[in-house]
Amino acid sequence: MNDLTTLVDWSRAQFALTAMYHWLFVPLTLGLSVIVAIMESIYFKNRDPRWLATTKFWMTIFGINFAMGVATGIILEFEFGTNWSNYSWFVGDIFGAPLAIEGLLAFFMEATFIAVMFFGWKKVSPRFHLASTWLTAIGASLSALWILVANSWMQYPVGMEFNPDDMRNVMNDFWALVLSPVAINKFFHSVLSGWTLAGVFVIGVSAWMLLKKRNVAMAVRSIKVAGWVGIAGILATLATGDGSAKVVSEVQPMKLAAMEGLYKGSCGQAIVGVGILNPDKQVGDDQEPYIFDISIPYGLSVLAEGDPDAFVPGVEDILAGIELTPEGDTIKGDSYAQRIERGKAAHDALRRFDVAKSQGDENAMQQARADLDKDFKYFGYGYFDSPQEAVPDIPMTFYSFHIMVILGGYFLLFYIVVLLLVYKKRNFVERNKWLHYIAIISIPLVWICSEAGWVVAEVGRQPWVIEGLMPARAAISNIPASSVIVTFTLFAVIFTGLLIAEISIMTKYISRKSQENID
Amino acid sequence: METYELLQSYWWLLISILGAALVFLLFVQGGQTMLLGARNDLQRSMMVNSLGRKWELSFTTLVVFGGAFFASFPLFYSVSFGGAYWLWILILLGFVLQAVSYEFRKKSGNVYGTRTFDTFLCINGVLGCILLGVAVGTFFFGAEFTLHKGNLLDTGAPAIASWSSTHGLEAIVCWKNLLLGVAVLFLARMQAAMYFINTIDDINNYKVQRKAVLVNGGVFVLLFVTFLAVLLTADGYQVTVIDGKETFEAVPYKYLQNFVDMWWALAVLLIGVALVLYAYVTTIFRDHFRCGIWYSGIGTALVVMSLFWVAGFNGTPYYPSLLDPASSLTIGNSSSSPFTLTVMSWVTVIIPFVVAYIAYAWYSLNREPITPDEMSSDDHKY
Repeated sequence: MNDLTTLVDWSRAQFALTAMYHWLFVPLTLGLSVIVAIMESIYFKNRDPRWLATTKFWMTIFGINFAMGVATGIILEFEFGTNWSNYSWFVGDIFGAPLAIEGLLAFFMEATFIAVMFFGWKKVSPRFHLASTWLTAIGASLSALWILVANSWMQYPVGMEFNPDDMRNVMNDFWALVLSPVAINKFFHSVLSGWTLAGVFVIGVSAWMLLKKRNVAMAVRSIKVAGWVGIAGILATLATGDGSAKVVSEVQPMKLAAMEGLYKGSCGQAIVGVGILNPDKQVGDDQEPYIFDISIPYGLSVLAEGDPDAFVPGVEDILAGIELTPEGDTIKGDSYAQRIERGKAAHDALRRFDVAKSQGDENAMQQARADLDKDFKYFGYGYFDSPQEAVPDIPMTFYSFHIMVILGGYFLLFYIVVLLLVYKKRNFVERNKWLHYIAIISIPLVWICSEAGWVVAEVGRQPWVIEGLMPARAAISNIPASSVIVTFTLFAVIFTGLLIAEISIMTKYISRKSQENID
Repeated sequence: METYELLQSYWWLLISILGAALVFLLFVQGGQTMLLGARNDLQRSMMVNSLGRKWELSFTTLVVFGGAFFASFPLFYSVSFGGAYWLWILILLGFVLQAVSYEFRKKSGNVYGTRTFDTFLCINGVLGCILLGVAVGTFFFGAEFTLHKGNLLDTGAPAIASWSSTHGLEAIVCWKNLLLGVAVLFLARMQAAMYFINTIDDINNYKVQRKAVLVNGGVFVLLFVTFLAVLLTADGYQVTVIDGKETFEAVPYKYLQNFVDMWWALAVLLIGVALVLYAYVTTIFRDHFRCGIWYSGIGTALVVMSLFWVAGFNGTPYYPSLLDPASSLTIGNSSSSPFTLTVMSWVTVIIPFVVAYIAYAWYSLNREPITPDEMSSDDHKY
């Protein structure tokens, strides 16, 4: 393994570590802020001190979680510079804007009003306090919007052109970034999955209180609010998940193929409901891709194209250049081998442009520019030596996708059952202990589901940091791999240590506070 | 001035304002360095809770400062963060520790104990102030990097910027950078003491903090005067752009010359210094003077802005390369495109609104000072 590969692998590992830690806390912030704001709204309307107590109980938990989200988030923003400095220049003109807007529009809002939310109970009017709680929730969702716009742009780069003078991409259409179908789907899918997660968390903790017979009335109240927020969240998450699959099929077909472990596609392609991949399977060989699978006929064609007879290409089809047009027709485009060739031609043209510019040779510059424009769409492929380098980790993407989908379906059922029982069934507290246990067990499951979603999104788009334009290996900083190994270890130790403290504080708080008569 | 240059200057101005806000808000970090030395738990609690209502603001300002720099001058983000790796990582680690410490320090079950989290706050206070000062010091005294954008096409080693093998540690041990860093630390401590006087209603606290203003302010003034002397006698580069090609020429007393050429920057510097000195002297000599933080804060902001201006305006590379002058970063060669700067400039229309709600929330929360009684109430506190 050469130095560059080691550096890239450790830099990816560090980014994955910090991103996954960050995402442990963000969805709970997104969902719990809304749940708390609804609870306070009810209190504002009825002035019932029991609702005030309920609001404050969950608000304290929100605060403990929020601190960890902030701690892990700052690293992510600056890691684009520290570990991916080439990336920061190559597309900083486009990518930096949503990050700055996120700070200006969202972070200040969150930081300002969260202070009022926690310390303002006796210092500001109830109306201003309620507004602050909602503005904290809105600020959290706004920050998610802008970072997801940025992330979506990496998966589907639009609204830009290449500037050979500066050797970077520059923005030419801001609204194309913000309103790209990937961004819209990703925003709703991610934020509303946070509602799903927070709902399960609140119901799980409340179920524990019911089992312990502590503050039963507050627990039931909390389950009702969390149940409605959660079911709205899971329905919207499933709907946008379906939308995401269609968009992925169009703009990242390789990711979709990896999600399904699909090597050779067909018309009327089935979708694997449950399956185990053949670990010996390699791209291009004749082995069966699955050891075991239960598939739904026509499922993938419907999911990807909305047409049971549609063709869905597999990894090998895509490498061979088989593409789908936006209309759903199959065409033979450039194979990945040809793309690599054209990518290298684009590199050569840019090199010639640079030399001609330094010599002041206008004609040579124009010629090089024309050659560059012809092949630029495959610029990123020029960094590869073989088509296989452009294939993501199929097992990780496949299993993450299926875990996410199966758990997503489970949570829809979970919310339906919880809401039906909490409203319809008498003696909900005494007679449904099985459900309380399930609710508690569901807490870790919802985090697994949520993290799996991001693994699909991020592992499935490898090796690209910007789809088609820049692979991870070209985005890197010039630092020794040993430095990244040290910082990876530092972050792993610090984040783990702080996570232990956070879980300990939360469980202690829930345990202690629930023993008081909160109502 | 062409529109593009105007946009670049506007964004450098905004960066200077954000930098000024950040240095002012570093009083939070300065205050954190004073917690372990508090006389008793009550005094420490009042100090923590006074700072705790503002820590998210200083933290967020740092994040926005970074984001705005990325959006407006992405080449700096690329070169500095990827090169001075250890300098920035140490700064970030301190802020990671800060982010949890307020919330966790007094919570039961926090595993490591209150003192550990107070120590984390102290670490963030010291590292944050000194190392951010060091980072700004490199704007004047240079950094050890080279820049070759053509490296992007080298598939074996594609990084466009190379740094000395110490990756930022050399900037930390440079005495000129450290001088600014330590000056920032004592400025932050002086302002923290003024902030405590302003927000805590307790006579014992007042006496302690007044003495802290005297000592920390005195050290700061000495360090800052030394820094100014070093800066005004320092050499720098003058960049000239002819037909799109930049040439860098070493110039003696470059920053002194900048102050002479840009009289308005000098005026802002002097007004800022006067305000800080007024706050310092008045807090010491006038009994129960509680508004020092505002005079000093505004003064600090003006001084920081003027320093950013002489660092980047008047044909000055704001990030001089010590290894290859031609690699130096200027406002002109490191900025985003005209389109992006225009889009971002439209977004800045919202800034007055943001400032207004921050000011209103600040006023609402600080209207009543913190008292010893409040520390024993059931209200949310750190």
